[in-house]
Amino acid sequence: MSQNKPDTSKDVPTTGHVWDGIEEYDNPMPRWWLYCFYLCIIWAFVYAIFYPAWPLVSSATAGLTGWSSRMDVAADIAAVDEANGPINARLEAADLGAIAADPDLGPYAVSAGAAVFKTFCAQCHGSGAAGAKGYPNLLDDDWLWGGSVEDIHATVSYGIRNEDNDDARFSSMPAFGRDELLDKTQIDAVANYVMSLSGTPTNAEVVGEGAVVYTENCASCHGDDGAGDVSLGAPNLADAIWLYGGDYPTLVHTITNARYGVMPAWSDRLSEAEIRAVTAYVHQLGGGE
Amino acid sequence: MSQSPSPPSLFSSREPVFPRRVSGKFRNLKWGIMAVTLGIYYLMPWLRWDRGLNLPDQAVLVDLANRRFYFLWIEIWPHEFYFVAGLLIMAGLGLFLFTSALGRVWCGYACPQTVWTDLFILVERWIEGDRNARLKLHRQSTMDLRKARLRVTKWVVWLLIGLATGGAWVFYFADAPTLLTNLISGTAHPVAYTTMAILTLTTFFFGGFAREQICIYACPWPRIQAAMMDEDTLTVGYRHWRGEPRGKHRKVETETPKGDCIDCMACVNVCPMGIDIRDGQQMECITCALCIDACDDVMDKIGKPRGLIDYMALSDETREQAGDAPRSVWKHVFRPRTLFYSVLWAGVGLAMVYALFIRPEVDLTVAPVRNPTFVVLSDGSIRNTYDVRLRNKHGEAREFALSLTGVDGLLIELESQDDATVMVPADAAKLQRVYIVAPKGQAAAVADSTDIRIWVEDLISGERANKRTNFNGKGQ
Repeated sequence: MSQNKPDTSKDVPTTGHVWDGIEEYDNPMPRWWLYCFYLCIIWAFVYAIFYPAWPLVSSATAGLTGWSSRMDVAADIAAVDEANGPINARLEAADLGAIAADPDLGPYAVSAGAAVFKTFCAQCHGSGAAGAKGYPNLLDDDWLWGGSVEDIHATVSYGIRNEDNDDARFSSMPAFGRDELLDKTQIDAVANYVMSLSGTPTNAEVVGEGAVVYTENCASCHGDDGAGDVSLGAPNLADAIWLYGGDYPTLVHTITNARYGVMPAWSDRLSEAEIRAVTAYVHQLGGGE
Repeated sequence: MSQSPSPPSLFSSREPVFPRRVSGKFRNLKWGIMAVTLGIYYLMPWLRWDRGLNLPDQAVLVDLANRRFYFLWIEIWPHEFYFVAGLLIMAGLGLFLFTSALGRVWCGYACPQTVWTDLFILVERWIEGDRNARLKLHRQSTMDLRKARLRVTKWVVWLLIGLATGGAWVFYFADAPTLLTNLISGTAHPVAYTTMAILTLTTFFFGGFAREQICIYACPWPRIQAAMMDEDTLTVGYRHWRGEPRGKHRKVETETPKGDCIDCMACVNVCPMGIDIRDGQQMECITCALCIDACDDVMDKIGKPRGLIDYMALSDETREQAGDAPRSVWKHVFRPRTLFYSVLWAGVGLAMVYALFIRPEVDLTVAPVRNPTFVVLSDGSIRNTYDVRLRNKHGEAREFALSLTGVDGLLIELESQDDATVMVPADAAKLQRVYIVAPKGQAAAVADSTDIRIWVEDLISGERANKRTNFNGKGQ
């Protein structure tokens, strides 16, 4: 073992600081360190010329290479789209009803559809597709406009009560109270009658009177038995599911002012493959018919 | 610049070590352990084990691509990684046990660094000769043809050993015969070649050049192990009260009585760590016991009793200096501390064996869907959704039936399945969405939460497994 002693033959000045008798040599920076530092300075200039560097008011200097991180992302997205191209083409060409059973398309459509749903649908229908007041729950077995693959595909593509798309399905409930088609006692009676279809009315005495009002005003859309009509988007009033609520004040409000739920059309914003994917996803959530 | 004084070096240059050949019982033991450990390492991937149609027939295989670990009849899935954790705990307790009883026995006999260095030194001796020849070659400053030939031969053999080492390693991760064919034909995965190249070079460097420096500077074990030793731990020691004062052996005793040590340097010359054991316990000593063999040999020749250098414990030193007889090795080994470690170690081992044997071939995990917690259906019934992962460890696809216990009257439905059975592919897990429905007004439908148990049954073997979960009602 060689134990080198400090070389005290040359006179190196100290920094002049003394801590408990310990002094520090005032040696110059190591050369390699200085050279690295100079290299970094040169590199900074080179970088500023070739890459985005100096911040301006609304952007930054572009640099000679024209590189940007957004372009990298765009290239990545294009690469993914290209990789998914063949299976998306198959998805678009497939028979709607046969997608779920296809061993390749089925799982692909469900997982791709889940991503589409989380991006475009979750804002209204919720990330778990459980909906909210006024926004249908997609997990249950009750469908306003039909729960078959074809129905869901049409709803997603064209929307509901959507004035921007000619293929969108339309229906409109009259505002019986606001437009003075029914008076307050009639509304009270028919609200109690509707409650009696699926549960207990608040005032059983007026149910009989309400049934008459119902037959004259509501049955044409909601059906004689209150089972609704999927072709008109008329909700089933006899089941346990309420889009806006099945309590007395809500029903009175609905009958007085009507409801007009709108869903946008997605055919002009999503590709056919994406629409088919999200259709497959929604259909297998537990309520698909 | 450059008027600065050269600072004190923080490093000491390596003193080359040229261990001399030695023979004796510990050397033979080390040869035996080397043969067994290297034999296991090189040959294990070639051991075949018939597991049936869809499973690999390699006895020991770490199948990273399919996330399976095969060891003889045992197949470990990723969720059973606790077996590996258990093995690590056993390895830790084993380290406590062996270190407290036998000191650095791992370092001296079983550590790969020791075993491969031993092999490399053997190769070195075969090619360049024993200690004196190697020393002479080392001191020869000119590179003549002979020196170059010996050096190149040695390095080539080392590289071949390294290549075999890296080669054996990759065979643990793929089917060995297939991979060997691919390796030779140049069609194996680049990762295999890269791994082999790295391991070849590290083996070459660690075994050929770094050697004892790995133990002294790089390895944390010498430091950790020092904390586990006590005064009864067996280490290699020098009986200085018997050996000193050392001096040249003479047939006729001179006026000043000498100790048994004749200062022949045999113990130093055979030491692969390049230390003098007569200086006492040192961090560098890996207790390989080769100095014991060397010294016993010399003691036999000069007609003195063996054991001037010997396995002994710290407590022996004071006892023997006081004139007492040495304590037997067994008394050092069997102490409350080592018995306690043994019991702990065996306990963990038995628990793992038990867990291994009660492990079912079918298994499931249940993840209740909590977004939303429940769904009201049109007839007023309440539905909960569960993501059930079904595992089939058999080599063929099996049909599993799902059922539930805990509350009567609940219905179980499987997404995309006609009834409550589902086919799970061979040696795979299947994610199945399961719906459980409580009719309107049923106890579970109106309760906040109800405990239920989901069962899976393999319809062929009748094996069952279950998981507890809960059903969320409307809470009215």
